[in-house]
Amino acid sequence: MKLSKKDLLGIRDLTVEEINLILETAESFIEVSTRDIKKVPTLRGKTVINLFLEASTRTRTSFEIAGKRLSADTINISSTTSSIVKGETLIDTARNLEAMNPDVIVIRHSAAGAPQILARIMKQPIINAGDGAHEHPTQALLDLMTIRAKKGKVAGLKVAIVGDIAHSRVARSNIYGLTKMGAHVTVAGPATMMPRYIDRMGVTVCYRLEEAIRDADIIMMLRIQTERQQENLFPSLREYANYFCLNGENIKLAKDDVLVMHPGPINRGVEIAPEIADGPYSVILDQVTNGVAVRMALLYLLTGGK
Amino acid sequence: MDRLLLRGGRIIDPSQNIDGEMDLLIEGGKIAAIGKDIYRSGVDSPKTSVADFKILDLLGMVVAPGLIDMHTHLREPGFEYRETIRTGSEAASHGGFTSVACMPNTRPVNDNRSVTEFIIRRAAECNLVNVYPIAAISRGSKGVTMTEFWDLKNAGAVAFSDDGKPVTNSALMRRALEYASSLDMPIISHCEDVSLSAGGTINEGLVSTELGLAGIPDVAEDVMVARDIIISEFTGTVLHIAHVSTAGAVRLIRDARERGVKVTAETAPHYFSLTDEAVKEFDTNAKVYPPLRSMEDIIAIKEGLRDGTIAAIASDHAPHAITDKEVEFEYAASGIAGLETALALSLKLVTDGILTLNQLIEKMSANPARILHIPKGTLQVGADADITVIDLEKVWTVDPHGLRSKGKNSPFLGWTVKGKAILTIVGGGIKHRET
Ligand SMILES: [Zn+2]
Ligand SMILES: [Zn+2]
Repeated sequence: MKLSKKDLLGIRDLTVEEINLILETAESFIEVSTRDIKKVPTLRGKTVINLFLEASTRTRTSFEIAGKRLSADTINISSTTSSIVKGETLIDTARNLEAMNPDVIVIRHSAAGAPQILARIMKQPIINAGDGAHEHPTQALLDLMTIRAKKGKVAGLKVAIVGDIAHSRVARSNIYGLTKMGAHVTVAGPATMMPRYIDRMGVTVCYRLEEAIRDADIIMMLRIQTERQQENLFPSLREYANYFCLNGENIKLAKDDVLVMHPGPINRGVEIAPEIADGPYSVILDQVTNGVAVRMALLYLLTGGK
Repeated sequence: MDRLLLRGGRIIDPSQNIDGEMDLLIEGGKIAAIGKDIYRSGVDSPKTSVADFKILDLLGMVVAPGLIDMHTHLREPGFEYRETIRTGSEAASHGGFTSVACMPNTRPVNDNRSVTEFIIRRAAECNLVNVYPIAAISRGSKGVTMTEFWDLKNAGAVAFSDDGKPVTNSALMRRALEYASSLDMPIISHCEDVSLSAGGTINEGLVSTELGLAGIPDVAEDVMVARDIIISEFTGTVLHIAHVSTAGAVRLIRDARERGVKVTAETAPHYFSLTDEAVKEFDTNAKVYPPLRSMEDIIAIKEGLRDGTIAAIASDHAPHAITDKEVEFEYAASGIAGLETALALSLKLVTDGILTLNQLIEKMSANPARILHIPKGTLQVGADADITVIDLEKVWTVDPHGLRSKGKNSPFLGWTVKGKAILTIVGGGIKHRET
């Protein structure tokens, strides 16, 4: 089986079969990362460009390691200034990159839809490594992989996603991915962080942490951007933490074997109390490990996988 | 030979309640006669022979008073790479418009006599359509100090608007409404509460939620429509609301009109032709300001057109260069190059039974003329011979190479539409003829 599209732009475009294919491929790559010599020759001679136009050490590093473990040549292009500021449009950038004949482009951009622009004009496969508040498909895939590894399934699980849903690409991709795979998703957060008609995306909406995590199998806490306070999305970090921080007390509402997830980096004490973040329920480090495997799987599958 | 006989077309002139197959005679740039068999009576007259006429046979065609677009962006001076007065005029005449009123958000802003005069002079050189400048309400459209309304009126401006930006200062809006009304000039309001729309790029709804694009809520428009209506009610003066896009605005305007508030409104074809679903693939050609809304809004706008709440259909022609649009959605310029698709898209309202053909022509000709106080929009004998001849049956495809505007930014590219202006006559002169 193969992926039906040349690019990975979002979870929304994927079928359940394709998600399963990616996860199974990723599971087979996990073993590579445990070897003494963590390298296979799969993508030898291929060039992966990591085009990171928005700062992100974690995701970029994860893609870079994924490429290197497959023996690809990985090239990082990073810039925090937007293309507009530089005076070079994304389309110029794309044409320049295309002229260098890479085999796959990974793009992170602060504007929603930027990977779609590249995908439209470039013949090479494009992997979306996060575009604005739109999608972050590799994060959702690694989250699915983590859940599957720990729970043996996704279907039927009760998942709570808590925090700034409106501005979170992780939330969107996970909503698409989890609902496709048959999980029941509840989103929770202050009403100011809940986008309009989110319920029409097939999720249950609530405004209390306790309500969302009751009997949950999985709790995904999202990162809070402190700048959002300027937009009056919440009155203070203190108030947010008082009412939406996952701690040793409220976590008792969830199932005994609940998994706590976070896309990182964590504001300890804001989204998750330190003892939970570093405690037995937390699978945050598994997420990081699985991230490399998922990205290896995608590089492999999108470059023709031989 | 300056006599032109339009023979046998279906003449529709809502200003005189005319609708029937007739002839129309143009002489000296004016409408000289209208009626059945003018041709024969002309021949019968001892002073006239057939050779004195140029005759156009228009059987099966609709002959209407020249269409007027009361909301066009011509971009010159300042943004000639997007459009010039010449290319905009060409686009207008190809779209069936004989007159356009152009918004002042040029560079420099049309906030003083010299810019107004420049536009009028350049339009006269082009000699294609009548161009009526709309001057800014405030200097630089900065919303602080009023422009010299009187002087601008004398220079040829027909209305005032800071279009592109709302007048956020309520006191300035009040004074502008008062001062303009003493000159018998309309104020055209771009209604937007910028604190509610800030950062947004598309309608706030399911599509913005799915795409992760910051939304512009419909209330950003409604709040400002409500404020402007309240001020207009207080001053008792005329207010015109530009590009209505929401159900809430339609309701507010309807209620106000029922109370006797002197408010008129326009909408644009894209607001009754497309929903925000058009943005789904991050198509920047569907990025407009105000944004495309929901199906409920479309239904309300159609109802507003049907019951007369919305008196005019304007294109809000906003041409852009490809480089303004071929960027990330949130950085892309807003607007549709609408002059050449406006008529066909609006004719759909007739096909769909929302408006009669007479009502549509009224909204695209007589009503804009009345709102702007310009002596157009009629086929009365003695009036300027500004005429649009429409082939209702002509089916055509919107193709960027066929558009005369420099702006090819349209979400309607590739659409097959029905109805086209085949002849545009301005002051008795043929400015566009479909071959
Ligand atoms: Zn406007
Ligand atoms: Zn406008």
